[in-house]
Amino acid sequence: MKLHQLSVFLENKPGRLSEPCVALADAGINILTLSLADTQQFGILRLIVRDWQKARDVLEKAGCVVKVTEVVAIEVADQPGGLATVLKALESESVNIEYMYAFTFRSEDKAVLVFRFDDPDAAVAKLQDRKLNVLSPVELYELVEQ
Amino acid sequence: MTEQWNDSPGGFHPASTPDYLPAAQLRDLQLRRLQGVLRLAHDNVEPYRAKLAEAGIGPDDVKSLDDVARLPFTVKEDLRDAYPFGLFARPIGEVVRLHASSGTTGKPTVVAYTQEDLKVWSEVMVRSFAACGCHRGDVIQNAYGYGLFTGGLGAHYGAEALGATVIPISGGNTERQIMVMKDFGVTVICCTPSYLLHIIERASEMGVDIRELPLKAGVFGAEPWSEPMRVRIEAAGNIKAYDIYGLSEIIGPGVGIECEYQAGLHIFEDHFLVEIIDPETGDPLPDGQEGELVLTTLSKRAMPMIRYRTRDITQVVPSPCPCGRTIRRIKRITRRSDDMFIIRGVNVFPSQVETALLAVEGTLPHYQIVLTREHDLDQMEVQVEVTPEVFSDEVRGLEQFRAQLSHALENTLGLRCKVSLVEPNTIERSMGKAKRVMDKRKLE
Repeated sequence: MKLHQLSVFLENKPGRLSEPCVALADAGINILTLSLADTQQFGILRLIVRDWQKARDVLEKAGCVVKVTEVVAIEVADQPGGLATVLKALESESVNIEYMYAFTFRSEDKAVLVFRFDDPDAAVAKLQDRKLNVLSPVELYELVEQ
Repeated sequence: MTEQWNDSPGGFHPASTPDYLPAAQLRDLQLRRLQGVLRLAHDNVEPYRAKLAEAGIGPDDVKSLDDVARLPFTVKEDLRDAYPFGLFARPIGEVVRLHASSGTTGKPTVVAYTQEDLKVWSEVMVRSFAACGCHRGDVIQNAYGYGLFTGGLGAHYGAEALGATVIPISGGNTERQIMVMKDFGVTVICCTPSYLLHIIERASEMGVDIRELPLKAGVFGAEPWSEPMRVRIEAAGNIKAYDIYGLSEIIGPGVGIECEYQAGLHIFEDHFLVEIIDPETGDPLPDGQEGELVLTTLSKRAMPMIRYRTRDITQVVPSPCPCGRTIRRIKRITRRSDDMFIIRGVNVFPSQVETALLAVEGTLPHYQIVLTREHDLDQMEVQVEVTPEVFSDEVRGLEQFRAQLSHALENTLGLRCKVSLVEPNTIERSMGKAKRVMDKRKLE
């Protein structure tokens, strides 16, 4: 139920973001979603792709520092309160969120929340107990690429 | 107005008498003192005894100053290997002061002084101040750092022994420096040349024109500077800017100083024996030829130094100085034969940076040191390439890593520097010796 996310270190300088993106494009790898965390000095590009092993190899070959981390994707209704419901559930289960990002796709009225937990397995179990829709990798790819 | 020792033309401070010794008398004094130092070092310092034995020369084999070339060199690493007290020639009970400077790795270099050593140090500082035209009645603002660094206390006791009024303000807090300079009628300042330029800039922002103040001279050292910088300082401050030379291994500040002609630094040769050698071969070079400065202490007791390789590149000025001093001059030092650099008066070796990086990461990352000068203050940035081992996908993790590096560097170097994380393979790899230091400072 966990997804592999690729994180890439970027210096906070003009043009740094395009390098990994171009490398992936040249290899014909589609980015399903991404998020960018940045500070004054550096940034971290977080990517979700279908074939993460291939993408990792491509990025490393392009000279990037890549880290693979497990994240959890949850499908929610794309309407007010969609995120709040999930956060409430996590809060009452005292699950710690390292960071999160969200995206919507195509015409569906659904949104996907991507979470990085300190303990993803425990988090998934608790979320499923609460009947939240934790997406498997295949489910996510189908949703995004349909 | 009270009469001053230098009111009459040609007068000089009584302590400055040895500056004018006839050459033959000076050389004779040097030889006798050198023989004493060799005996002291041989009899009391095991590493010296070993070195002399290896070179096949005994303490009594030096019959003329030319024999010096047969003596073994002492290098910074010898001080590191003897850390902390291994080169002391007197028991700790006779040592009344310790100072330390940065070593080539994590450990500092320790130096020691007996009561007599401190008197010699004060004497050469008195002679230094006197050569810059300072005397009783002057108000000296001592903005060298007080502490383990020799600059602060060295200048302090010298200025007191001169009979001047000393303000022991130490470094930093520029606004307070300017207030004190203005309110206390400061006539002489001691600091690094770049710090004075910073003071001048800050003063003008505060609406204080240094040129209008009683300040007449600056005694500048502890970092390399240049002739264009002197021109700038003298114009912007309406002062005379004098270059002072020293290093803790020898005594601290006061090894040499410029006189009113500002054409090279007079070395106090009755206490310090000057040689210039070819840094590659170690062979002595004649006056007027550029090479590495090698110094031997002729009077230090707690920790004598025999043929210490300073790594500073200079030459002995072959002609006599119009000031009348017979002690010879060396040219201003603008570069070194190793990769040490000086930032805000602190000596830094790239190997120290490596020690700190290694302590945090376990393996040595690719790194580069970038030196810049912003608003006349030196800035040091250490760029470190991020490796998969240290990379975290969390901002907090990377910030923590950067803070660790920063902390380790500050601990090892004794100064704060900026740490930047950079992408892998972005620091230039060069063939052979890695270019670890990018010095973008312009000494102007």
